[in-house]
Amino acid sequence: MQRLLSTGTYHRCSTPIGLLYFDEEFKVELSGGELLMEALKEEGVELVFGYPGGAVLHIYDALYQQNSVKHILVRHEQSATHAADGYARATGKPGVVLVTSGPGATNAVTGIATAFMDSIPMVVISGQVQSRFIGSDAFQEVDCVGITRPCVKHNFLVESLETMADTIKQAFHVATTGRPGPVVIDIPKDFTTPGVTVPFEYPKTVEMRSYSPPTQGHPGQIRKAVDLILSAKQPVIYSGGGVVLGNASEQLRAFTRELGYPITQTLMGLGAYPASDKQNIGMLGMHGTYEANIAMHECDVLIAIGARFDDRVTGEIDSFCPNAKIVHIDIDPASISKNVTVDVPIVGDVGMVLTAMLEQIKASEKRADPADIASWWSRINEWQSDKCLDYQLDDKLIKPQAVVEALWRETKGDAYITSDVGQHQMWAAQYYGFDNPNRWINSGGLGTMGFGLPAAIGVALAKPDATVACITGEASIQMCIQELSTCLQYSTPVKIICLNNRYMGMVRQWQEFAYEKRYSHSYMDALPDFIKLTEAYGHVGMNIENPNDVEGALAEAFAMKDRLVFMNFVTDQSENVYPMIEAGKGHHEMRLNPARELA
Amino acid sequence: MRHVISILMENESGALSRVAGLFSARGYNIESLTVAPTDDATLSRMTIVTNGTERVVEQITKQLNKLVSVAKLTDLTEVPFIEREIMLVKVRAVDAGREEIKRLCDIFRGKILDVTDASYVVELTGDDHKLRAFLDTVGGDNVIEVARSGATGIARGDKSLKV
Repeated sequence: MQRLLSTGTYHRCSTPIGLLYFDEEFKVELSGGELLMEALKEEGVELVFGYPGGAVLHIYDALYQQNSVKHILVRHEQSATHAADGYARATGKPGVVLVTSGPGATNAVTGIATAFMDSIPMVVISGQVQSRFIGSDAFQEVDCVGITRPCVKHNFLVESLETMADTIKQAFHVATTGRPGPVVIDIPKDFTTPGVTVPFEYPKTVEMRSYSPPTQGHPGQIRKAVDLILSAKQPVIYSGGGVVLGNASEQLRAFTRELGYPITQTLMGLGAYPASDKQNIGMLGMHGTYEANIAMHECDVLIAIGARFDDRVTGEIDSFCPNAKIVHIDIDPASISKNVTVDVPIVGDVGMVLTAMLEQIKASEKRADPADIASWWSRINEWQSDKCLDYQLDDKLIKPQAVVEALWRETKGDAYITSDVGQHQMWAAQYYGFDNPNRWINSGGLGTMGFGLPAAIGVALAKPDATVACITGEASIQMCIQELSTCLQYSTPVKIICLNNRYMGMVRQWQEFAYEKRYSHSYMDALPDFIKLTEAYGHVGMNIENPNDVEGALAEAFAMKDRLVFMNFVTDQSENVYPMIEAGKGHHEMRLNPARELA
Repeated sequence: MRHVISILMENESGALSRVAGLFSARGYNIESLTVAPTDDATLSRMTIVTNGTERVVEQITKQLNKLVSVAKLTDLTEVPFIEREIMLVKVRAVDAGREEIKRLCDIFRGKILDVTDASYVVELTGDDHKLRAFLDTVGGDNVIEVARSGATGIARGDKSLKV
C-alpha cells in the first residue's frame, strides 16, 4: 500500500516542489555518497562522465566501492558534459556528469549550455563546499546554482541528506520529460560524509505540482490543422530536432508518406526522415538547399513539427514564408509564436500529435487536389535540377565535400557522425545523407567548438559496436584535443576526420563575403603536427594531401576497427559553404556556389 | 501596454532570482516586483508589473510558466482586478504648508506616521495613478524622500489564483 512517508510517516521536501511516495518501510542506511550511487543505479544509469576534486571526494569514494555505475574519467570537465551529451543524443537516455565545485562546475558550464540550447536530457552532479561554508568565499566555492541558472532547465541545491533522494528523483524526471534539458544538482560536501547516514528507499514516482509537461495535443487544434493541411496547394513539412528528441521518427515518416508532401529538415532534425527518400528536399536555412529554401518562400501551408524557427532557419523574419498559413506542433508552449506568429499552434508531444493527425487524415475523405500537389512537385523538381550542392573537383587539392561523400560511401551511410562547429559541420550536414535519427550529433544551438571529440567518446561508449566518426576542423579539434588521452584509456576507436584548411573556415568565409577579405585572426598559425600529436597519445595518425588518396586512406583507417585514427585531410583553403543566406536576407536570396556553373 | 502578472511559485531559496534572471536574460521590462509567502507557507506570491507589446507579454507569461518552480500564473490585466501599492513619503512641512499637507493627506486618505517641526512621513495606499497624483500635488520641491512597495493585485469576483 502506498503512503506518504519519509522521516516518520510524512515528509515534505525542504525545497517543497513535490510530495514523494514510498511503498515500504525504510531499509538500508546509506551515506550521501552511497545514496547517490544507489539512486543512479535506480535510474538505470550505466555511465557517469566526470572528474574528481575536493568537494566530491566522498562521492568518488562511494563510486570506488560499487560496480553498477561505470565512471569515465575525462581530461577536462567541459568534455564530461559533451561526452554525456553525445551519449544522450545517441541513446535518448539522460547523460550523467559528475564534477567538483568551483572550477569543476564552471568548466562544465559550456557543455551544460550546449545541452540546454539543443534540449538534451542531462543530469549534472556538482560538488559544493560544506553547507556551513557556503557564501564565505571558501576554497573552490562558486555559486553553481546561480551560474548555471540561465542555461539549465532547472537546478537544485541539495538542502539536506534527508531530501537528497527526492531531489535526485525530481532532477531525472525534469531532465527527461517534456522538452528535455540539463538539470544540475549541487551537493554540499558535508551531505556526503561517510558514516553519516539516512534510511534509504528510492522514490518510485514523483509528483511536482509546479511541473506538468503537456502530452496530447488539443483535439480542436488538431482538427483545424488537418483541415488546413488537406486543403494545401503548395505545402511544405518542416521538421526539427523535436522529432528526434521525441522519438517520433516513425510517426513523421508515416505522416509524410501518407500526405506525399515535400519535407525539409533542420540541422537538428536530420535523419528523422531519411535523406535518401524522394520526398526529402534537404536541409533548410542559412546553408540549406536551394529547393528547400525556395519551397519555404513559395509555400502556402507550412507544417512545422518539433522545430523552433531559429534565426539560422528563418533568415530575415520579415520575408519568412510570406504566403503561408503555419501549423506548429511543439511540446514547449513558449516556442509557439516566439519568433514567427503561427496560425494553428498545437502544444503536445510530437509523436502523439502526429499519430492523432494521421488517424484523422486516414479517416477523412478530403484530400489536397492531386493536380495542385503534382504541379507543386514539378516546380520543386525544377529547383532541384539546379543541383545547388554540386561543387568542382580538383586534381591537386582535396575538396572537403568530397571527403564527406567518400566517408558516406566508406561507412555505407550508417555511421554515428559527431561534428564540431564551422564549415566542416555544414559540409557534414549537407553531404552525409542521414537515413536514421540519433546518428547526427552536433552542437546546433550554441555552436560549441570542441564538442565533436568528447561527444564521439560518449557515442562510442554507448554504442560499442557502431562506427563512430568525428568530422572536425583543425581549429575546433584543438579545443578539446586532450581527450585523445581519454580515448586511449577507454579504447574508443573514434575515426577523426579533420578537414584541415589552415583557417577557421567559417570565420574566414564571412570575412571574405562581408569584410572585404580582411582575414582578421582567422588564420590558424603554428599548427601542431597532428600525426605526431596523435601518436604521442598512443593512436594512429594519417596525413592525406592528394585527392586520389582519400578513398584508400578512409578504407585503411576504418579497417582498423579497434584503433582511434586521426585523419588529417589537407583541403582546399578557398572552399566556401554554399548555398548561403547572408545575414538580413530571406530564403529567396541565396548565394550559390559560383563553381557550380562551371561544373 | 502595462500588465500586472501574478504568480504562485514554490517558496524556495533562489526562486526570486529565477524570475528576475529570466527578465534580464530575455530583455523584458520590470516596472515593479513584489513577493511574499501566502497563507500556504510553501508558496510565494509574486506580482510583476511589466510593459510590452502583446507579443512580448505573451512570451513573458509563457516563459514564466515554463519555470519549473512556477505553479500558477495569471495576467490580472485580462480581468477586472484590484491593484494596490503602499508608499511612504517624507514631505517638507513648514509654516502654512503643514496644514495644507495635512488636508491633502485627508483627501488622499493617507496617514501621517511621523512628525517633526519641518516634515511629515505620510503613508498612502492606492494604485500607481493615485500615488503619483499625490506626489504631483505635493510638488517636487516638497518631497524629501519616497519609498514605494511596488504593486500587488488580486482579481475581483470569484476568480482566484490557487494551486
